[in-house]
Amino acid sequence: MTALLLVPILAPLLAAVVTAVLGWRRGAAVVTVGAALSVLVVGVVLVALVGTGGGSGAAGSGARYAVGHLLRADALSVTMLIVIGTVGSLATWASIGYIDAELAHGHTDPQGARLYGVLLPLFLAAMSLAVLATSIGVVWVAIEATTVATAFLVAHRRTRAALEATWKYVIICSVGIALALLGTVLLHFVSLHAGAATGNTLDIDVLLAHASRLDPAVTRLAAGLLLLGYGAKAGLVPFHTWLADAHSQAPAPVSALMSGVLLSVAMSALLRVKSVVDLALGTGFLRAGLLTVGLLTLAVSAALLFVQTDVKRMLAYSSMENMGLIAVAAAGGTRLAIAALLLHVLAHGIGKTLVFLAAGQVQAAHGSTAIADVTGVLGRSRLVGGAFLVGLAVLLGLPPFAMFASELSISRALADAHLAWALGVALVLVATAFAALVRNGSRMLLGPATPGSPAISVPWTVGAALVTGIALSLALGLTAGPLADLFQTAATQLGASR
Amino acid sequence: MSDTTYTGVLDLAAGAFLLVAVLIVWRRDLRATVRLLAWQGAALAVLPFSEGVLRHEAAPIVVGLAILVLRGGVLPVLLGRAVSTEPRERRESAPLVNTTASLLVVAALTVLAYAVTRPIIALSPTPTTRAVPAAFAVILIAVFVLVSRRRALSQAVGFLMLDNGITATAFLIAAGVPLIVELGASLDILFAVIVLGLLAGHMQHTFGGTDLDQLRELRD
Repeated sequence: MTALLLVPILAPLLAAVVTAVLGWRRGAAVVTVGAALSVLVVGVVLVALVGTGGGSGAAGSGARYAVGHLLRADALSVTMLIVIGTVGSLATWASIGYIDAELAHGHTDPQGARLYGVLLPLFLAAMSLAVLATSIGVVWVAIEATTVATAFLVAHRRTRAALEATWKYVIICSVGIALALLGTVLLHFVSLHAGAATGNTLDIDVLLAHASRLDPAVTRLAAGLLLLGYGAKAGLVPFHTWLADAHSQAPAPVSALMSGVLLSVAMSALLRVKSVVDLALGTGFLRAGLLTVGLLTLAVSAALLFVQTDVKRMLAYSSMENMGLIAVAAAGGTRLAIAALLLHVLAHGIGKTLVFLAAGQVQAAHGSTAIADVTGVLGRSRLVGGAFLVGLAVLLGLPPFAMFASELSISRALADAHLAWALGVALVLVATAFAALVRNGSRMLLGPATPGSPAISVPWTVGAALVTGIALSLALGLTAGPLADLFQTAATQLGASR
Repeated sequence: MSDTTYTGVLDLAAGAFLLVAVLIVWRRDLRATVRLLAWQGAALAVLPFSEGVLRHEAAPIVVGLAILVLRGGVLPVLLGRAVSTEPRERRESAPLVNTTASLLVVAALTVLAYAVTRPIIALSPTPTTRAVPAAFAVILIAVFVLVSRRRALSQAVGFLMLDNGITATAFLIAAGVPLIVELGASLDILFAVIVLGLLAGHMQHTFGGTDLDQLRELRD
């Protein structure tokens, strides 16, 4: 078990070392893709080990440990490993063509390419650690490490706008996540007072076991800080302002990873915290908090989607919209809601990767990301236009794609949980975002191209990643297969009711 | 060291810790604030160090020395090197809130810190926990510095102050978090400060200054 759980962390670290030594070479880039694939393979292997018996078993059971008790895999970690592995493989694969094109056009130099090749796998390793750590203190360390690792990925182009976005990103995320550290310190304090041993006060199992004895007043303070802190990293109100800047300036494969995976990794940390806080304070406290930030996030993103003129910022606000919806689903908190939320996370990750990678090729052709500059993409490049269209259909929740099923399930779960009013508000906001995305998307994709539009070139690695992404989206839409069981188990292990 | 002396040392250190935060709000010279930050790191190091001396334990003494090196030395030096040689860049130009109003805000935040920390003191009314409002006040003051300053590096100072406040809270309420978390968090903060320093350098080069008012290109 130790070797298996170490692979998702050590394989990307090895890839980073290889790239640091060799520089940006085809060989090093292939090792990085292999490392991302190994994360996915470990996730799939672990499904059989922790994902069995969906719907039965008590909370916290079925987890596997490694390296003493430092690493821990349960159904939620396995789900997140699959998301990291899938999007990571697509993004690292597409990075080969992306960086080669950047080098050819003089947007970056060999040093910049090497730095990119080192930081990208470090980012993957930090996310793997964040979902596998037993101690929520180590989860915090790993999530802050993602901020450090991604800073110079966002600043990759070194332009004014890229530097501005990076500064805002690092400051806002570091300060936001510092609040989560304060919350973690307070949890350590109440855990000590509830009788936990000094060394493992922050281990998730220890916290769950002592949850009923945690001091309510201090736990409330801690929970509020943790919600704000991890919410900052998940793109939730009020620390959401970094998101559109960073996602719009980062290279397309990095945007795909940040939007499709990093936000949900932060959300998964919040789900873990929620399982403890719900036992200590009852479900009411975090339900109110998650509903407030979730609905506000939906409202802000829907409004900004409507006035958006930049395609990558539009995609960033669409991520915010989905995170808002996921927060509302988490507030619902039933087994159906949590399982649907996890399906939503995976489908959103793949769909967002498609649109960001496609948008990256459009940006490379036009040298601009203004929606007004881009017309008739579907007619100019079947592959890029098709991938954008499929990705958009996934994000809009159209059948047969998986977000249709997840959004229906979330709606049903909210209605069952007597949150019909929240469901109503959320649906209006989601419909607003839907209209904005359809309007902008159809403007760029359909219709004739403006005369003189540049040709959209697609390096074969990017093309291969796009085709694979389309196939995965379709497959996931047709059947979630054994994953449905995994999501159910995760919901049960998180202590969801019913 | 007796218990009474220990409490005295502790209160003195916590008081100095808060006082430095107030001075940072008062001063506008960037190099002076970075020097003050080093003193704050030293005051922070006293907390675990004196506990180690009281209990005759080696571990807190080592942690105290590590904090002294990192937060009293390495981090301020890293920030100090990022402060430009250009005189115009060294001063906080026309802050959003003037000095008198800033100090009044600091007083209000300190009172707020006492109110917020009441449940913590109620759970464990020991002499160490009673000093926790000072640490919380520093956290709130740091957030105020972050939102009211206009130079990029002033924001980095605010971020470090925020982190000092959180570490002080950890020592005052629970004699520090588990070692692996403490180590990991320190490493993260070290790297974050290196990244901020490098970014500030790139920004000075590209923008010809680090006035945050110039960061206006990206918005909706």
